[in-house]
Amino acid sequence: MADPMKIRATVKDGVADVRVLIAHEMESGQRRDPAGKLIPAWHITEVTATLNGQPVMKAYWGPAISKNPLLQFKVKGAKPGDKIVISWVDNKGDKRSDETTIA
Amino acid sequence: MNPTRRQTLQAAGGTGLMAALAAFGLSVPVTARAQGVAGAFQAKSVSDALKGLGAAAPAESKDVVINSPDIAENGAVVPVAIKSNIPKTESIMLLVDKNPQPLAGAYDVLAGMEPEVSSRIKMGQSSDVIALVKADGKYYMAKKEIKITLGGCGG
Repeated sequence: MADPMKIRATVKDGVADVRVLIAHEMESGQRRDPAGKLIPAWHITEVTATLNGQPVMKAYWGPAISKNPLLQFKVKGAKPGDKIVISWVDNKGDKRSDETTIA
Repeated sequence: MNPTRRQTLQAAGGTGLMAALAAFGLSVPVTARAQGVAGAFQAKSVSDALKGLGAAAPAESKDVVINSPDIAENGAVVPVAIKSNIPKTESIMLLVDKNPQPLAGAYDVLAGMEPEVSSRIKMGQSSDVIALVKADGKYYMAKKEIKITLGGCGG
């Protein structure tokens, strides 16, 4: 199974700065193995973020996002103690969800 | 580095490929919006990708800001941040002109989110990066060239 995400969320002037580091191979589908066969693409297709259960961000990713993706976004009207949940799904159907409280 | 180990790994890799293809055929349940975007991800050129997204002729706008280095040393990790100063921004998309599949990512800006997002992308070679913003049903874009010293798509 996938490794946990590292999520950091800090509030400044009512705006939460959320940074997410996801552990994922993000294989592009363009590379070849030593036998010359294409390595099939394996990447995250969807990332969703919720603030206290309300969806605030939804990302659709292709294979061009870097390995171990870093995602940063800002959410208005957040305060310390609010709960941020990040979930992702990859093209093999693997998924993971992690949460953090805003500091 | 003994040959037996290498052969074993190659054999294992081949099996993995078949398993992945089978898994892909069975497919993952996706939303309607994701299906629309998925088509755009398959597009091989920027114009096809724009068509797939339903944005045939976006207007260039100074209110779409791309924040990234002019020269990236490693094409496998190019930090790119996009900010939209247009009110009612609904979604932000990122395309790389010379990548085999130009669409890199699309972000839906839902209630409460500032229209600003940053991530790291792969770039095969020096190319224009295009930020596409959908705001109030209209499309706006900004372009920036990023030079790559080391490509990130090939092996």
